[in-house]
Amino acid sequence: MRRPDRHGKAIALGVGALAVLGLAVAGPLRAAPLVADLSKHLVAITTGFAGTDVLLFGAVDGPGDVVVIIWGPPEQVVMHRKSRIAGIWINTAQMTFERVPSFYSVASSRSLDEIASEHVLSRLEMGVERLNLPLPHAKASPNIARNWRDALIRNKQRLGHYAREVGQVIFLGENLFRALVEFPANVPTGTYQIEVYLLRDGRVISAQTTPLIVGKIGLEAEVYDFAHNYAAVYGLIAILVALVAGWLAHVAFRRH
Amino acid sequence: MQIYLPIAEISLDTLLLLGLGGLIGFLSGLFGVGGGFLMTPALIFIGVPPPVAVGTEANQIVASSVSGVLAHWRRGNVDFKMGGVLLLGGLVGSSFGVWLFLVLRSVGQIDLVIKLSYVTFLGVIGALMFVESLRAIRRRRTAGSGRGKLHKHTWVHGLPFKMRFRRSKLYISALLPLGVGFLVGILAAVMGVGGGFIMVPAMIYLLGMPTSVVVGTSLFQIIFVTANVTFLQAYANQTVDVVLALLLLTGAVVGAQLGAKASVLLRGEQLRILLAILVLAVCAKLAYDLTVTPDDIYVLGFSK
Repeated sequence: MRRPDRHGKAIALGVGALAVLGLAVAGPLRAAPLVADLSKHLVAITTGFAGTDVLLFGAVDGPGDVVVIIWGPPEQVVMHRKSRIAGIWINTAQMTFERVPSFYSVASSRSLDEIASEHVLSRLEMGVERLNLPLPHAKASPNIARNWRDALIRNKQRLGHYAREVGQVIFLGENLFRALVEFPANVPTGTYQIEVYLLRDGRVISAQTTPLIVGKIGLEAEVYDFAHNYAAVYGLIAILVALVAGWLAHVAFRRH
Repeated sequence: MQIYLPIAEISLDTLLLLGLGGLIGFLSGLFGVGGGFLMTPALIFIGVPPPVAVGTEANQIVASSVSGVLAHWRRGNVDFKMGGVLLLGGLVGSSFGVWLFLVLRSVGQIDLVIKLSYVTFLGVIGALMFVESLRAIRRRRTAGSGRGKLHKHTWVHGLPFKMRFRRSKLYISALLPLGVGFLVGILAAVMGVGGGFIMVPAMIYLLGMPTSVVVGTSLFQIIFVTANVTFLQAYANQTVDVVLALLLLTGAVVGAQLGAKASVLLRGEQLRILLAILVLAVCAKLAYDLTVTPDDIYVLGFSK
């Protein structure tokens, strides 16, 4: 399905960058079936950061479907289940997932189940419900494991770290496509992998992976790193800052 | 304007934080309390993770206590000897408290313990204050009661290791202030409060200190105990957000000045009854949140 485009500026940007890319790739191999890149490779979390969009754009050598998956760096997640004890909701059970993508979203040019078979989709983990989130086997029966898994996805969606809906890959004509990837204000930091797939008749023709770095930049980054790497010094500075601030407040008070 | 808080790892509105600091600073100036026991729940209500709210608030209290104690010191209202003994207990208690915090966090119960502590202490203190100030208002109406004894003698005065505290005109066992300091230290670490709202009544009713030196002495002790908590929380848990603390502090300094001016307009008992109502309201909100059925019984925990 191709849609008319509404964002002229984004196209211009995409096409411009593509032209440069085209120059670079043109030459011996005319037929890379799939080429894609991002409008930026660094998402900088600065003081005023309130979420951002990254434009993914690319070209294919013929008709087909494009699916884009955004993977955040893997993390360990601890989850709790509450139950009511004496009228109060208390965490009574705990489950640890060792490797979970900290961020996950998908965009596709058509609805996923029209693009490929369930088998292919789950092998490539396309769609949040097909995420492979292994649990320690000994700990949970399949039924209970399913509950924990669904709960993890629900919680990540509520945080905005897993997309609730599949985004759109929009074709501009036969060969060019683009997709807007949205990152919320609380986006996890680290190195992301952006996977782009070209599918034809339900089979993967070509795939490409592009890294994207999400990092705190500037004062925020320095404060955070300092607090973790030099925790003792950070603590002393925090006290010192408070002492000075308190003294200043006292001086200001006395004047009045 | 949104500001990204580096340790809390969330974006919040700068004006909201300054306003919150100002409002609670105003209340603390109005009622003559530290405000930690209002600020920490307020931070939790606006979405700051409870451990960060606790660690950061300890840092802010250091500053507000410094400005408070300097004023009392000039008037000679600090009993340094008593403060020192309370402090000794406080340092041990707060160190124990930070360790407890670390353990509770790793087993996923820290949020519950923070909230339960608040419900318990705010409930008890709020109720006591409410009853006490009601009684005071009634007494004022029935007029002139005679002067009682300085203090009653109880089992408390039979304890060993007696020490003389000249400034407080007391000869009591050092175990008492040590114990009070220890308990308040634990609360400071776990709840992110100075503990004045526990320590001040304990100093008056349990130790029998004269009211004039109580506030200055407790502020003196609170500086060092909250500084200890700030250091240990920053060191062990990395939950002290200096940026957040400074924003709150800026608002609080201005608010406290206005509050202190406004307090002249109201009578003591009226003030205390208002404070009691406020404390009970915060307590009720926290208690309600603990008992209401959550949207999802599965929650994400703390992971390192």
